[in-house]
Amino acid sequence: MTRIIVVTSGKGGVGKTTTSAAIAMGLAKKGHKTAVIDFDVGLRNLDLIMGCERRVVYDIVNVIYGEATLNQALIKDKHCDNLYILPASQTRDKDALSQESIGQVLEELAAKEFEYIVCDSPAGIEKGAHLAMYFADDAFVVTNPEVASVRDSDRMLGILASKSRRAEQNLEPIREYLLLTRYSPERVRIGEMLSVADVQDILSLHLLGVIPESKSVLTASNSGTPIILDEKSDAGQAYVDIVDRYLGEDKPHRFIEEEKKGLLGKFFGSK
Amino acid sequence: MPTDSQKMPNNSPPLEFKSGSFAVPILLLFTNDLTVIGQQLHEKVDLAPEFFKSSPLIFDVQELNKQNLDIDISALVIVIRQAGLLPTGIRGGNVLQNQIAVDLLIPVYSAHSIHITPTDSQKQKQKITVPEPIVDAVITTKMITRPIRSGQRIYAAGDLVVLAQVSAGAEIMADGNIHVYGSLRGRALAGVQGNVNARIFCSDLQAELISIAGTYKISDDMIDIVSKKFVQVYLQEHTLIIENIE
Repeated sequence: MTRIIVVTSGKGGVGKTTTSAAIAMGLAKKGHKTAVIDFDVGLRNLDLIMGCERRVVYDIVNVIYGEATLNQALIKDKHCDNLYILPASQTRDKDALSQESIGQVLEELAAKEFEYIVCDSPAGIEKGAHLAMYFADDAFVVTNPEVASVRDSDRMLGILASKSRRAEQNLEPIREYLLLTRYSPERVRIGEMLSVADVQDILSLHLLGVIPESKSVLTASNSGTPIILDEKSDAGQAYVDIVDRYLGEDKPHRFIEEEKKGLLGKFFGSK
Repeated sequence: MPTDSQKMPNNSPPLEFKSGSFAVPILLLFTNDLTVIGQQLHEKVDLAPEFFKSSPLIFDVQELNKQNLDIDISALVIVIRQAGLLPTGIRGGNVLQNQIAVDLLIPVYSAHSIHITPTDSQKQKQKITVPEPIVDAVITTKMITRPIRSGQRIYAAGDLVVLAQVSAGAEIMADGNIHVYGSLRGRALAGVQGNVNARIFCSDLQAELISIAGTYKISDDMIDIVSKKFVQVYLQEHTLIIENIE
């Protein structure tokens, strides 16, 4: 059975693509055949984060228009044999996609026995975001601990609950998970940031994990290596936890409280 | 961020239900003599032909039924139509009369919002009463178990019961009462068709706006309301009263 996951948020810049790359890599490393699709036609980014930008020949729009087969467009990841990337087109816009054509691409991927298809949604609630979430079984709602991001996530949850395939066909609703990114316990303590409890109170959503604010995320993005492969970084570990929890493991939440660092930790602590 | 999802070609719904209240003239009948009714109607219409031309009209037969005066509903409908008016509802009819009306595709309204005192009835005999809001007769309850998110709108033709939170930026509306067993952070409008007896019950009132039959309060007016307390909201002499329920 193929499970379609949408990584969405409403608001831009909260870490959707970083999250898509990380969880797709995490699922693939766990032995599941996984595809990750960039739905941000016109603003292609996923290929950079995945470090495959030099190998893009065809993209999803070529597949839809029959200019290339799905096999030609899928890029095999260099770190993991179970992971494939379907890039977005940089030269077209979102009107090149339609609900029907996306449905066909997803069906074809399912026929190729992909276990997980991760859909990296563009920001906003317009066509691209709508198409990314329409066929989803699970939704990872990426939220930053600030009011605007929380409100946009809430709006997105409303769209998931009313305008998805599962909602329209009266099937079991999309399973919604909260991923709180760029979290800084220190800034929560001094009142600059919403706490996990505040966000959960507003969204009342199952918390899949908290990803701490970390310099290593930017480094990983710039080097084209999904952050989950950086096992030393706390953000990388947080994504490992998230994948494990999603697959049913019971792991306690981390990175919610401030770390009490000893003297050695202050000098050698990894950030 | 654009918030208007209606513009999306893939997202735009083919139709939408909205609530609205209209002022419709109600014709109170005190005689079952169709000839007299016809004459009187024509006289009234001639006074203001533009106003009455093709105007919707609800006819009320409650007084006739009180006096056991039977009236032929289908003949009455013809008389009203001949006067240039469009009958769009019956009020105060008995079971048989209501059935005949429904067969003629004329909706049935309940009669509980009319107040006729015996002294007034003589005066009202020859006039079409001032328009008043229509109150729906059918009481149904709509139940919502999942959170209502920002941007969602829910409308219930009767009572509305929400067993989850209502997020900021969401809007819930009901012709009847609204019950929210969770945090109410969005907008809640009860009695949207004009039912002044509708109430809002809520276990945690943090709403952006609450309204009963058009009388409203915004969150700035409710700063002193303690959240996480069970409250009810009702209308008393055109003022919204928010009261703790212990």
